Amino acid sequence: MPEHHRDDEGAKLGMWLFLFTEILLFGGLFVLYAVYLQRYQPDFHLASAELDVRMGALNTVVLITSSAFVAWGIAALKRGNVKVATRMTVLTIAFAAVFLVVKYFEWGAKFHHGLYPGGAELDARAQGQMVYFALYYLMTGLHGVHIVVGMGVLSWVLWLVNTGHVTPERYVALENAGLYWHLVDLIWIYLFPLFYLIT
Amino acid sequence: MTESTAQGTFWDKRGLASWLFTTDHKRIGMLYLWCIMAFFAIGVVLGLLIRLELIAPGQTIMGQQAYNATFTLHGVIMIFLVVIPSVPAAFGNIFLPLQLGADDVAFPRLNMFSWWLYAIGAVIALAALFTGDGPPDTGWTFYVPFSAVTTTNVSVAVTAVFILGFSSILTGMNFVVTIHRLRAEGMTWGRLPLFGWSLYATAWIQVLATPILGITLLLIFAERVLGMGIFDPSRGGDPILYQHLFWIYSHPAVYIMILPAMGVISEIIPVFARKAIFGYKTIAVSSLAIAFAGSLVWAHHMFVSGMSDTAVMVFSLLTFIVAIPSAVKVFNWTSTLYKGSIRLEPPLVYALGFIFLFTMGGITGLVLGSAGTDIHVHDTYFVVGHFHYVIFGGTGFGMFAALHYWLPKVYGRMYNKKWANISAVILVIGMNGLYFPMYILGLAGMPRRYFDYLPQYTSMHVASTVGSWITAVGLVMMAVNLWVGMRSGPRVGRNPWGAATLEWRTKSPPPTHNFDEEPIVDRGPYDFKGVQPDA
Repeated sequence: MPEHHRDDEGAKLGMWLFLFTEILLFGGLFVLYAVYLQRYQPDFHLASAELDVRMGALNTVVLITSSAFVAWGIAALKRGNVKVATRMTVLTIAFAAVFLVVKYFEWGAKFHHGLYPGGAELDARAQGQMVYFALYYLMTGLHGVHIVVGMGVLSWVLWLVNTGHVTPERYVALENAGLYWHLVDLIWIYLFPLFYLIT
Repeated sequence: MTESTAQGTFWDKRGLASWLFTTDHKRIGMLYLWCIMAFFAIGVVLGLLIRLELIAPGQTIMGQQAYNATFTLHGVIMIFLVVIPSVPAAFGNIFLPLQLGADDVAFPRLNMFSWWLYAIGAVIALAALFTGDGPPDTGWTFYVPFSAVTTTNVSVAVTAVFILGFSSILTGMNFVVTIHRLRAEGMTWGRLPLFGWSLYATAWIQVLATPILGITLLLIFAERVLGMGIFDPSRGGDPILYQHLFWIYSHPAVYIMILPAMGVISEIIPVFARKAIFGYKTIAVSSLAIAFAGSLVWAHHMFVSGMSDTAVMVFSLLTFIVAIPSAVKVFNWTSTLYKGSIRLEPPLVYALGFIFLFTMGGITGLVLGSAGTDIHVHDTYFVVGHFHYVIFGGTGFGMFAALHYWLPKVYGRMYNKKWANISAVILVIGMNGLYFPMYILGLAGMPRRYFDYLPQYTSMHVASTVGSWITAVGLVMMAVNLWVGMRSGPRVGRNPWGAATLEWRTKSPPPTHNFDEEPIVDRGPYDFKGVQPDA
C-alpha cells in the first residue's frame, strides 16, 4: 500500500474526540462522587482528613511540572531542536514515574492501616467513609492507570523521534501525546481538591 | 500496491493475512459483515430455543438456569456483537468513504485496530460461555446487585463488552473525522447523502455515550473482583445509581442501533421512487435531533425504580420529544413515495417492511414512555415486543435492506429478485406472528424473563413460537438467495438501480482505491436527472 495521506488537522481532531471520551469515562465517577458527597457530607469530611495533603500536593506539583516539560518539548521540536525535545520528553516520563512512587507510598500506608475495601479498619467505619475510600481507590487508581498508559505513549513517541519518524516538520504525534498528558494532569487537578482538600 | 490490483477490484488480493491486516475500509467492512452474520445466526438460534422453551408452561427443553443463561447470551450477542456494529461498522465502513468520494477513512490503521478489538471482544464473549462457573445469567443489562454476587462468568463477559465498546468508540471517532475532512470536491454538507448524515449522528453518540458504559462495566468489575461496594447498600452504595449509569449509555445506544438503519432507508426510498427525497434537510437534522434528544431520556427505563415524581414526568416528556424527529422521518419517507414513480425492487420491499415494523414498535414506545401506562406494562412482554419490533423490525430490516441494495455493488452480481421479495413478505408475516402476541401477553400481565408461566398465557406463547418458525424460514430463504446471488448471480454494471450517490459511479465491485479518478460533486445525492440504470 502507498503511504496514507497526511492530515495533521484530522489527526488532532481525532485526538480531541478521544480526549472527550476520556473525560466522559471519568465523568461517570465524578457523578457518583457528587451524589455520594451530597449524601454523606460529614463522613467524607472525616475520611478526607486521613489523606496526607502534603503527599497529594507534592504529586500535584510533580504532575504540573511534567506537563510543562512536555509542552516545552513540543515547542522545542517545532523550532527544530530535536535534542531539547528528546530531553524534555524523558523528563516528563521521569516525573510520571515519581508520581507513581509517591502514590505507591500513599496507598501502601493506607493498606497498612487496613483502610481498603474489605479491610478490618474500614469495615468498622460508617458507610459514608467506606464509599469515600472506594471512590478514592477507584478514581486515583483509574488515574494511575492513565499515568502508566501516558508513560507508554510518551516512550513510544520518544522512539519515533529518535528514529526520525517524528521530526520538526511532522510533530503531530508528539503534540497529540502532549495533549493526552495534559488531560491526565488536568484530571488530577480535579481529583486533588475533591479528595484531599474537602475537609 | 502492485499494478495488477490497480486495474482489478478490492477482492483481488489473496490469502488470510491480506484480509486480517488490511487497511482497506471495504475489506474491513466485509470482515465485520461476515462476523456479524455468523453471530446473528447464533443469536437467532438462541432466540428460537427461548421461544421453543416457552411453547408450553413448565420445563420443555431446558432447565431454569440454562434458560437464564440462554436469554442473557441471546441479548449480549445480539446487542453488542450484532446490532450495534451491524449497519455502521459493516456498511458504514464499506460505503461511507465511497459516498464521500474518499480513498479511505481518516485513520485506516485505527480502523483495522477497531476490527481487531471487535474480534478479540467477540472471542472473549464466547469464552465467557465455556469457561468459569457457567455462562452469565444476569440479562444483558448486568444489573447490580445480582451481577455483583452471581458466581457465573459475569466478569469475563463484562470485559468482553468493555473491549467491544472501545471498538465502537474508535469507529465513531474515525467516522466523525472522515466526514469532516475527506469529502470530495463539491461535496458540501448540503450534498452529503443521508446515510452519511445518519452515520455522523451515530458516530457522535458512539463517542459521547460509550465511555459511560465503559466506566459502568469497570465498576461491576471492581465490585466483583475488588469488592469495592460502590453499589452495595450495606456498604453505603446505591444500586439505583448503577441503573442511571447503565442507561445513560444504553439508551443512546438504541439510537446507535436504529439511526444508521434509518439512513439506509433514506437512501433506498428516493432511488426506487425516482424522486428527490422529501425534506432532505429535515431528515438530516432529525438524525442529529434524535441523537441529542435520545441522550436525555435514559431514566424512562426506571419509572418504577423509585425516582421522584418530578423526575418521572420530566423523563416522560423528554421521551415523547424523541418521537417527533422519528416521526418526521417516517412522514418524509411516505411523502417521498407519494406520486413517485415506484419500482417495487427488493431493497424497497425491505424498506417498506422497515417502515411498517418500525412504526409498530415506535408507537408502542409511546405507551412505554408515558409513565402511567408504563407502570402497567413495565417489565412485561409488552416491552419485549416493543423492543424487538424496533430493533429486529427496524435495525434488522435496515440491515436486510442494505444487503439487498448494496450487495450488487460489493460483489458485482445480482441475486434472484423474486425470491428476495418472497422472503421479505414471509419475514414480515413471521415477525408479526412472533412479536404481536407479545403485546397481548404484556397487556395481560405476563412478566418478561420468566422461565415458567400461568396456563392462561399458553395460546399467545404458542402463536409467538410459531411466528418464530416462520421468521426462521424467511431468514433462511433470504440467506440462501443472497448466498447464491453473490456466488453465481448475473453480473451487473456500475449502477444497477440508477442511483445518484457517488458509490454507484465506480465499478462493481469497486477497485482498491475506490475511484478511477477523483470524483467532483456537482449535484445533490438525490438528483436523478440524467442518471440511467446500468444493469
